[in-house]
Amino acid sequence: MNSATVLGLAAAVIVVITLFEMLRRHRLREKYALIWFVLAMGSLTVAVFPALLFGLADLLNVQVPSNLVFFIASLLLLAMSLQHSFEIGKLEERTRTLAEEVALLRLDADATAPGRMTAPNAAEPTDRSVE
Amino acid sequence: MLVIVPAWNEQESVGPTVREILGVHPEVDVLVVDDGSGDATAERAEAAGARVARLPFNLGVGGAMRTGYRHAVREGYDVAVQIDADGQHDPRFLPSLIAELDHADICIGVRFAKPDDPYTVRGPRRWAMYLLAKVLSRLAGTRLTDVTSGFRACNRRAMKVFAEHYPAEYLGDTVESLVIATRVGCTITQVPIDMRRRTAGTASASPVRAALFLFRAVVALGLALVRKWPANFDEGVVGEAGPLPLDVA
Repeated sequence: MNSATVLGLAAAVIVVITLFEMLRRHRLREKYALIWFVLAMGSLTVAVFPALLFGLADLLNVQVPSNLVFFIASLLLLAMSLQHSFEIGKLEERTRTLAEEVALLRLDADATAPGRMTAPNAAEPTDRSVE
Repeated sequence: MLVIVPAWNEQESVGPTVREILGVHPEVDVLVVDDGSGDATAERAEAAGARVARLPFNLGVGGAMRTGYRHAVREGYDVAVQIDADGQHDPRFLPSLIAELDHADICIGVRFAKPDDPYTVRGPRRWAMYLLAKVLSRLAGTRLTDVTSGFRACNRRAMKVFAEHYPAEYLGDTVESLVIATRVGCTITQVPIDMRRRTAGTASASPVRAALFLFRAVVALGLALVRKWPANFDEGVVGEAGPLPLDVA
């Protein structure tokens, strides 16, 4: 077993254990865990059977197999960060919609309970500290 | 009729603005949308006789306006007018805007429409506004001279569009919302108004900021033109169950 194999194996095992722990503690949703798990398995496979990588590099006419690894890895990371940007954008849009609805609900609540007209102001400091 | 006033940290001017609107037009309802202000904007507006919708945090003009338009749609108002809280829009021009709604869905109160207008801008900012006006005019099929104006009136049809889609991005609140409106078939017109000078603060005076404004205007306009409308953010492009786009790589 050469050192490259050991490194690859260690990295893959660490990723899998971390994923498992995060899932167990409800820190990660399955849909995000899946892609990382697949990537960890992929790098594990390549670490154990480097011949696969050499074969693929040969097939694609890539002279240095490790460059192929870097290329694929950076593409995958790009794809994943794009996906995360998309998810964040979606969340921001939802947060915005919720904030707007909250404002309108407070408006309605003030209208239906006129006695509370001043109450939201009194509650303001606590609201702000939560933000 | 509902007058929507988006306000963010405008405690000095929001009171006089609301009082002026109600003074000239006592029959309208005024809704101030407090865009997460840290000052007394909401209290001053309430004291001046407006209803106040308080956003829990700052969303930008787009968020404030969509809140206002949602309220207008739900409460069944026939006309919604938007007026800036900084007092640069004179509410006495309101009837002339609303009169235009007989033959258009949206009416913008614009400066630059008269040769003797005291409000002038130069340099990149002027090019940006010229470009925006040209493209929007073309889209709307009518001559529009200033599309970044925050003084506009809309009927129920346009109100429903804005209640759904009112972009939160920079310049989205003015330019992109108009593009969306034309895309879904709303008609736009304009009337000339005198714009008062801002009491405090100038709009992007330095050349760098003006150039930045031009750049952002082009980006905002370009995006607005190529985007698909109506958008459906909540469903997302891949939907909830969609896994990560493995095939991208």
